[in-house]
Amino acid sequence: MMFLDDFLVRAALAGLGVALAAAPLGCFVVWRRMAYFGDATAHASILGVALSLTFSFSMFGGVLLVALLMAGIVSALSGRGYAVDTLLGVMAHSALAFGLVAVSFLHGVRIDLMAYLFGDILAVGRADLAVIWGGAAVVLALFWWRWSALLTATLNPDLAHAAGLDPRREQLVLTVVLAAVVAVAIKVVGVLLIAAMLIIPAAAARPLARTPESMALIAAAIGGLSALGGLQLAYRFDTPTGPTIVCLAAGLFALTSLADLVRAGADR
Amino acid sequence: MNLVDIAQLSVRLGGKTVLQGVDLTIRPGEIITIVGPNGSGKSTLLRSIIGAVAPQDGRVTRKPGLRIGYVPQKLFIDPTLPLTVRRFLSLPQRVSDADARAALDHAGAGGLEDRQMSRLSGGQFQRALLARALLSRPELLILDEATQGLDQPGSAAFYRQLEEVRGTLGCAVLMVSHELHVVMAASDRVLCLNGHVCCQGAPEHVATAPEYRALFGSGTQGALALYRHDHNHTHDHAADPHHGHHHPHDPGGAGDPPPQEAAE
Repeated sequence: MMFLDDFLVRAALAGLGVALAAAPLGCFVVWRRMAYFGDATAHASILGVALSLTFSFSMFGGVLLVALLMAGIVSALSGRGYAVDTLLGVMAHSALAFGLVAVSFLHGVRIDLMAYLFGDILAVGRADLAVIWGGAAVVLALFWWRWSALLTATLNPDLAHAAGLDPRREQLVLTVVLAAVVAVAIKVVGVLLIAAMLIIPAAAARPLARTPESMALIAAAIGGLSALGGLQLAYRFDTPTGPTIVCLAAGLFALTSLADLVRAGADR
Repeated sequence: MNLVDIAQLSVRLGGKTVLQGVDLTIRPGEIITIVGPNGSGKSTLLRSIIGAVAPQDGRVTRKPGLRIGYVPQKLFIDPTLPLTVRRFLSLPQRVSDADARAALDHAGAGGLEDRQMSRLSGGQFQRALLARALLSRPELLILDEATQGLDQPGSAAFYRQLEEVRGTLGCAVLMVSHELHVVMAASDRVLCLNGHVCCQGAPEHVATAPEYRALFGSGTQGALALYRHDHNHTHDHAADPHHGHHHPHDPGGAGDPPPQEAAE
């Protein structure tokens, strides 16, 4: 595996892995209007980073734990007085703030906070790559297995019930997948931009798709293109890599939306 | 064996008792219509049957492995979700193109395969929902206000289609409606619901029952259902499941002929 010695190759593979895992999840986040939920889970994960650095265990585990905890608490508390978006706002920003404060207590360890907030794809090592592709494989396998059930439950919970499915279980599957994707993506795009990698490729794919499956595939292509292109642009213009990837995705979103507008105009 | 047995079902939703002491048995092949004013627990009863609502008290027993075809009251499809009719039919179980085409033809929605669900008209949408429900070869077809949003000719056409479908499939049908003048004639049994079972029986029987009159009025020949219901009487089901009680504000007119418009 000589080619993995090149940090640019590792970065490209990491970006592709995240784009692949984020695409189908991003579609569900858009369809179920969970965008803020994704954002909140991602922001909370900085607390996981702080915890894993304090108690020196794997960052992937720390982030996964906090993301799951966050999702669990929000599900448990929702419908008890506060609107979900208020609840998410409280939880997400508190976790982010607690995480930032906790990180400041860490003497002796020098950490680059920016690397966690915005990602540091160029510093991805072999072990990180293994985590990213392992996580992506688990996420894709879960989607492969539950795809039809997830789609039915997303369409209408009662339709799922009538077909003998439990919509709450499908919700749980999505929550777990979300936590896993956040944990996988933190190294690549950072806490603040994970939600962008979920939502922007899916939104950009919408005008081009006729079925849910094609939307997920196109989203994966757009995400992959953004990752590879963004990496190249960042290298050439010496810009921060994570934000450059998101900028490119946003550009693609603008393009497909514009194309859709033109087409709708031509139909009229 | 009965498809569904409901015994003394009570359901509370958000601290409010929606259903109380409901008994209902659904036998293979019968057509049951549930009528009742808004908020009378009709949809909740259907949702308990499909298992989406847990009973507070009582039992809902489904025949093991019962295949249910469910047509919901309203299906909102988020505009961000691209979905052709063909793809919709394969949720959650994949079906062959031939089966999908047959189901669409059967439901009166032939040739709509490649259309987006969000672009269908109200009538086409309901037929697509019906086609999907037929694909599971249901023993029990459940329709919740399936013609809401359709005009009168549209609803009448939908129910004609439904009768034809039932004729070939032989499945039991449980439907909720307030458009009695359209559906009643086809029903074996009508259940008048208002949190509890007010009265039930053959359509002609219910149409002339004082409880039904109290719920829906009588002056319009059944052409207009009135949602006015303010009596808080109690029923003694043990003594007489049907009409042993008296409604103090029964508007009378029990001698009016039952609605006939449905007999087309």
